[in-house]
Amino acid sequence: MPTLTVDGVEVTVDPGTTVLQACEEAGAEIPRFCYHERLSIAGNCRMCLVEMEKSPKLIASCAMPAGDGMVIHTNSQKVKEGREGAMEFLLINHPLDCPICDQGGECDLQDQSMAYGSGTSRYHELKRSVAEKNMGPLIKTTMTRCIHCTRCVRFATEVAGVEDLGAINRGENMEIATYLEQALDSELSGNIIDLCPVGALTSKPYAFTARPWELTKTESIDALDAVGANIRVDSRGQEVMRILPRLHEDVNEEWLSDRSRFSYDGLKAQRLDTPYLRKDGKLQAVGWNEAFDAIAAKLDGLDGGKIGAIAGDIACAESMKALKDLMDLLNSPNIDCRQDGAALTTETRSGYLFNSTIAGIEEADALLIVGSNPRHEAALINARIRKRWKMGNFPIALIGEQMDLGYGHEYLGAGPATLAEVAAGKHSFAKILKKAKRPMIIAGQGALNRADSAAVLALTKKIADDFGLLSDDWNGFNILHTAAARVAGLDLGLVPGEGGKAVKEMLDGSLDVLFLLGADEIDTSRLETSFVIYQGSHGDAGASVADVILPGAAYTEKDAIWVNTEGRPQLGRRAIFPPGEAREDWTILRALSEKIGKTLPYNTILELRAKMVETAPHFADIDVVTPAPWGAFGAEGAIEESAFVNPITDYYLTNPISRSSRIMAECSTTFSKVKREGTGTNG
Amino acid sequence: MLKDQDRIFTNLYGIHDWKLAGAKKRGVWDNTKALIEQGQDAIIDGMKESGLRGRGGAGFPTGLKWSFMPKQSDGRPSYLVVNADESEPGTCKDREIMRFDPHRLLEGCLVAGFAMRAIAAYIYIRGEFVQEAINLEIAIQEAYADGLIGKNAANSGYDFDIYLHRGAGAYICGEETALIESLEGNKGQPRLKPPFPANVGVWGCPSTVNNVESIAVAPEILRRGKGWFSGLGRPNNTGTKLFCVSGHVNKPCNVEEEMGIPLKELIEKHAGGVRGGWDNLLAIIPGGSSVPLLPKSICDDVLMDFDSLRDVQSGLGTAAVIVMDKSTDVIRAIERLSHFYKHESCGQCTPCREGTGWMWRVMQRLVSGEAEIAEIDMLINVSKRIEGHTICALGDAAAWPIQGLVRHFRPVIEERIKSRKAVKAA
Repeated sequence: MPTLTVDGVEVTVDPGTTVLQACEEAGAEIPRFCYHERLSIAGNCRMCLVEMEKSPKLIASCAMPAGDGMVIHTNSQKVKEGREGAMEFLLINHPLDCPICDQGGECDLQDQSMAYGSGTSRYHELKRSVAEKNMGPLIKTTMTRCIHCTRCVRFATEVAGVEDLGAINRGENMEIATYLEQALDSELSGNIIDLCPVGALTSKPYAFTARPWELTKTESIDALDAVGANIRVDSRGQEVMRILPRLHEDVNEEWLSDRSRFSYDGLKAQRLDTPYLRKDGKLQAVGWNEAFDAIAAKLDGLDGGKIGAIAGDIACAESMKALKDLMDLLNSPNIDCRQDGAALTTETRSGYLFNSTIAGIEEADALLIVGSNPRHEAALINARIRKRWKMGNFPIALIGEQMDLGYGHEYLGAGPATLAEVAAGKHSFAKILKKAKRPMIIAGQGALNRADSAAVLALTKKIADDFGLLSDDWNGFNILHTAAARVAGLDLGLVPGEGGKAVKEMLDGSLDVLFLLGADEIDTSRLETSFVIYQGSHGDAGASVADVILPGAAYTEKDAIWVNTEGRPQLGRRAIFPPGEAREDWTILRALSEKIGKTLPYNTILELRAKMVETAPHFADIDVVTPAPWGAFGAEGAIEESAFVNPITDYYLTNPISRSSRIMAECSTTFSKVKREGTGTNG
Repeated sequence: MLKDQDRIFTNLYGIHDWKLAGAKKRGVWDNTKALIEQGQDAIIDGMKESGLRGRGGAGFPTGLKWSFMPKQSDGRPSYLVVNADESEPGTCKDREIMRFDPHRLLEGCLVAGFAMRAIAAYIYIRGEFVQEAINLEIAIQEAYADGLIGKNAANSGYDFDIYLHRGAGAYICGEETALIESLEGNKGQPRLKPPFPANVGVWGCPSTVNNVESIAVAPEILRRGKGWFSGLGRPNNTGTKLFCVSGHVNKPCNVEEEMGIPLKELIEKHAGGVRGGWDNLLAIIPGGSSVPLLPKSICDDVLMDFDSLRDVQSGLGTAAVIVMDKSTDVIRAIERLSHFYKHESCGQCTPCREGTGWMWRVMQRLVSGEAEIAEIDMLINVSKRIEGHTICALGDAAAWPIQGLVRHFRPVIEERIKSRKAVKAA
């Protein structure tokens, strides 16, 4: 453990620590542009220079390993001049266009030039100007502002795993560019906006819409996939202006996927802002009372078996609990949260969780992916897998659709037959799993939404049991969910009760009343005979077939608990109010229950959450992954020949909010490989 | 003056056969096996004793450099990398070695590679050196065919390969870590040190990067034995050295001479003297474009070696002597060098990327006199903010010529600014 002296303060650090980190530990602030904790060290901005005794030159503290007995000065005259010099060089060719720059107010260059710059310029030559680069619909470039820190290049190559970005030309003509002038094809591209210390890379959708000091910052949880990324919702008045990631080492580190970051304009479009009632075949805006009365009239005296409810992918835990309780009060066993028909059951919690945890991926030493494309289903988990892969000695194999995951892997086969081979120990990868100390398996929804899914699940369980995926401190069995609501739904028991109908049977038109809680990823073609109540935020598939629409809140508009694929309950917070007549979802169900004479036993969200804790105690432990005991799940049976098909065909359009977003539509056109039929006027 | 029997490069002017047969006649590949049988430690000790300092410009003791290589492999192989990316303006010595005496370099590769336990040598040759690359490639093929390299190289029992890699013509790729990056197929940009190449070099393996001349002289030093090389020159500046004399001399030339030869003698004896006589001399850049120039008053009696030139605030560099007579516009000359460094900066780190362009633009105005007197000091200040603040030495190399110019020719610059002002006022 090297001990060094920083400005007279002695500090002992772990071996491998850099001088910059040691200085921070000693309480000395070191300015920097190119250095970033999660990227490789570039050492090119020369802002972090410090003085080391016995060294004739200033040293770049970010790149110098801390050594025993080093004496570092961070505030000497020499250091001050070094920083002033670096600052001056950075600024000579930087346009002083802060008033029209979107980075203004949150710009490292601005801040550091205030703190370390000289105040006046001695540069009287012409400034360099650089042509803009096309980086796609998300990233706006003003390359004249670039200070060549290469953070974006390092992020793209190291974290995102796409080698689309790089530096071309030499000397003062060096430019950061996508080599082929094409959009950055990564689900994580938005992060380079955060990484850019200046205004060279800014958010295209957010351009010129707000200044950072005008924004109200609400710390919340993303609900557009099952990762549960920690986000900060920046709003102004009643409008979400942008969404940024927030640090959570165990979940998203400090990254955010593009869909979660840029779908926010979908929060303003296609909104259900008032209750609707279908009259004379047409949906017409009505008041809450009229909508409730229509439902009450329909439900009056109806047998519970003729009523059903489906919870969608972005339903919050509170509303699902209220829905479940309401269905119980109506004596209906017909309830389901598995919109896609996944063969997951509730008896064993570890059977539907990502048990290894996301951070746990870094400790694994072998991985088998079954029926999943983590790059699309959970881009941040994919980044974690890549991070582990980059450390080396991490064999990865894939059964399912063949694709580019952004890291090296062995492709084993397309369908359950290959999985059975591995489970029987006949495949070469079985030996790798067997030999590994902490092997893991990730089963995606592509493996679980099939007719033979119970058998496939049993095979994965067999692999877990037979190949040492379970030990005292390790559970290598993982289900990768795609829906933010799913784990909470299963935790709260939103599966058919005794004799109850699952999603598929509920959709065949056999029910008199069907309640859709934000359920849009379903086949609605046979629902004409059912009285459909749709509660949700967006006018999507569910709303279009509804007889009554109850306008709910989007995930940014309510306080709610979200349980991610690991089983980690996290607290989302309301950033803005729901638009118009829309209300927080659990309050709608509470009001409806009173109207139909089956009053739910809670008046506040805290009382509701207390009931949730009664059902599933881990809801009380916010941000804690409660390890789930191993148990029985899946059912042995015959498997089919057909290949696994991934659930996501278009990463940018997986949910009603993203489908309402112009930005996502543009991304879909730019990046999606899915061919769409043209109309003849589409260019 | 160096005696003929003390010359190493006996075919410097290409008058003899450069191929294997001719090289053998001149003593190259003469009992290389015996050199190798001395063992690694003896070779390195022999090199240390000889006092050979790296011929690429920095003058780091070659034997010491070799001794940094791991004696025990941790599983990674070691490599010798030969820096044949000779691009320093004024320098043309390695080129002649590769053209006319390539086998000397190859033998050096084997001996040096063996001493540092390397399995192979990579010769990174400047892209523009087409003929040199062709000759070197032929020489490599000859050496392989003759069993001098490859399996059981020169019957020594040691396996050693030599590969030739052609660069694409970037000055920065002569910097050892940028050379390694380029060799690996990446953009030629210097790496951060530490780790040094002896720890983590080419493809992450221990590597040593040496100049062509340093490697080429090694076998001869060892063959002639203790005391010969160190007996030439002055203490700490021993041996012979190739000098490249160019510019305003009557007979520009490459010549092998003893270290510490007086600059005046070098020019008068070998280059036919300064154009128009010694008194017509204005200034000399003694070691390639990177080192500060020297005015005539210093040139009169300065000795050509590392320490003497350091004492007059210049450097031996690559020993490329650029002579400028009184017809030279010295400001314009340095401005041209300034442009070179601006053009060749790799763009990686801030001070060099931004500063070289800035200095060049100010230099342009100093040439025309379109400047303020105060800008001279500002220019020096800017150069000091580049020097020592960059990842590699290119920043220093860009700063020194300008510092040298201002140090010795400040009145000329001031005069030009004043006369320009006078013209404008009139």
